[in-house]
Amino acid sequence: MKFMLLQAYGGVPEGTPPMTRWTPDEVDAHITYQKDLNAELTERGEFVDARGLSGPELAKFVVWDESGSPVVTDGPFPESKELLAGYRIIDVESVERAIEVAAQGSAAPGPGGEPIKQVIEVREVMGPPITH
Amino acid sequence: MASERNHEIEGLLRESAPRALAAVARRFGDFADAEDAVQEATIDAARQWPVQGLPENPTGWLVHVASRRMTDRIRSEAARREREAAVAAKEPAMPAAAAEAGAADETLLLMFMCCHPALSPASAIALTLRAVAGLATAEIAAAFLVPERTMAQRISRAKKTIKESGEPFAMPAAPERGERLRSVLRVIYLTFNEGYAVSAGAELARADLAAEAIRLGRIVQLAASTEPEVGGLLALMLLTEARRPARTDAGGELVPLDEQDRSLWARELIDEGMTVLDAALARGAVGEYQLQAAIAAEHAKASRPQETNWGEILGLYALLERVTGNRMVALNRAIAAAMVDGPRAGLALLDELDEGLAGHHRLHSTRAHLLEDAGERAAAAAEYERAAELTRSIPERNYLTRRAARLNRG
Repeated sequence: MKFMLLQAYGGVPEGTPPMTRWTPDEVDAHITYQKDLNAELTERGEFVDARGLSGPELAKFVVWDESGSPVVTDGPFPESKELLAGYRIIDVESVERAIEVAAQGSAAPGPGGEPIKQVIEVREVMGPPITH
Repeated sequence: MASERNHEIEGLLRESAPRALAAVARRFGDFADAEDAVQEATIDAARQWPVQGLPENPTGWLVHVASRRMTDRIRSEAARREREAAVAAKEPAMPAAAAEAGAADETLLLMFMCCHPALSPASAIALTLRAVAGLATAEIAAAFLVPERTMAQRISRAKKTIKESGEPFAMPAAPERGERLRSVLRVIYLTFNEGYAVSAGAELARADLAAEAIRLGRIVQLAASTEPEVGGLLALMLLTEARRPARTDAGGELVPLDEQDRSLWARELIDEGMTVLDAALARGAVGEYQLQAAIAAEHAKASRPQETNWGEILGLYALLERVTGNRMVALNRAIAAAMVDGPRAGLALLDELDEGLAGHHRLHSTRAHLLEDAGERAAAAAEYERAAELTRSIPERNYLTRRAARLNRG
C-alpha cells in the first residue's frame, strides 16, 4: 500500500518560530533527522519518494481565462500556512505502519531539540483496481 | 545481431538461474547465501557469455561458478571452517538422472523458501520474482513503482529473515508441505492480481506481473501436478487473463463484464484454462481456486451475457462461500442471486452483510447496481457516490462517478 505523507507550513504548535529563526544546530539536527528517516525507510524497503517544495513566496496560483492568457497570482500569500511544504511517499504493509512513519516524521526535532509535533496528513495513494 | 544475442542470453539466464539456485542451495544448505552467489554468477555470465560463447550446459556453468563463490566465502570466514570440511566431504554433484528427477522438486523447494511464513506478502512476492522467476531487481522495482534501492533492500531483508529462521533447504514433512504450498499459491495469486489490474501510463508495465504469475503457476504445476488446487489456480489465472483485452477501453477505463466485447477474449487462454481446470476437478478435492476458476469458466462459455448460466454460478458461489467463509464472496453470491431471482433477492442478501462489510466500497457498489436494476435511481446514485468515496482505485472511482452522474443528471 502506498501512502503520501503531507506536511503543510502550518500544523505546528502555536508560537513555534519559523526555521530561519532556529539556531544553526537546531536546523542541522532537523535536516539530519529527516534524511536519517528517509535512509531508514530505504533500508526497510519502504521508501518511494520524498520531496520538499519551494517556498510560498515562489508559489503561483493559475486560473484559465477566456482571453487566452491565464490569470496568474504570485505570492507571497497571507494564507501561506495552508500551503504544502513537502511530502513523502512510502510503500508499506498497512495503514498502521504508515501512521507510525508519520508519527516519526512529526517527532522531528525543532527548537531546543524538542519534537516539533507537526501535523502530518496521511493519504493512501490510489492504485489500479484490486478486484476483478 | 548483438542485441539478439543478448536477448537469447537473457532468456537463457532466466531459465537456468533458478535451477542453479536450487542446486547450489541444496548443496550448501543455505538459501540466502546461495541466492547471492547465483546472482553474482549471472552477472559474470552476462559479461562472459557474449564474448566467450554460450556454455554447453548453462545451468551447470552457473552452479559451478556460484559454488566456487560459496566455497570462497566459506573459506574466508575462519569461524566456518568446520562447515567447509563438511561441504568438501559431500559428493560434488548428483548423477544426471537423479538431478533431472529432482529438478521439479527443487523448484518447489525454492518457492517454499521464498514464500516463508515469516515474510510479509510484499517481501515474498519480491523474492519469488527474483529467485524463481529470474527477474532483475530493477525490473521488480519498476513493476511495483518503487526505487531500485528500496526493492533491493526489501529482497535483502527477506533473505535475512529466512536465514535467521534457520530453516534448512529441505522438503518439509507432509502436513507442513501442504501449508507451504498454500502460501505459494497465495503469493502467486497476489502477484497475478497486482498485474491483472491494467491502467494507463506507467502502470502498463504491471501487465508483465500477470504474465510472470502465470509462468510461476506453470512452474508449480510441473512440480506438483497432483495437487488439484495448483491446477485450479493456473486455470483461474488463464481464464481471468483471457478477458484482459476486453476489460478496459482504449482510454484505460473499466468495462464491466456484461458490457465487454467478448470477441476480444483470448480464445487460446480460455481453451487452455478449461483443459487445466477439467484435469484438476477430475482429482476430486475441490478448493477455492478451482471454484473461482469454475465460475470464470462459466462466464467464458457464454458468448453473450444473456447466455450466462447464472444458476450454476450461484451454486458455485454458495460452495465457495462455504469453503472460504469470505464475506466478499457473499457479495458475488448476491449478484448471482439477483441474476437468477431478480434484484430484490440480491438486495435482501446484501442486507445481511451490512455489519461485516460496512464501509467497504464493494458492498456499496454492488447495492448500487442492484438498486439500479430495481429501478430505484436515487437510492442507487447515493450508493454509487458512497462507493466512489471509499474505493482506492482510480479506474474504479472514475467508473462509479460516471454511474452516479448518469443517474443524477443523465
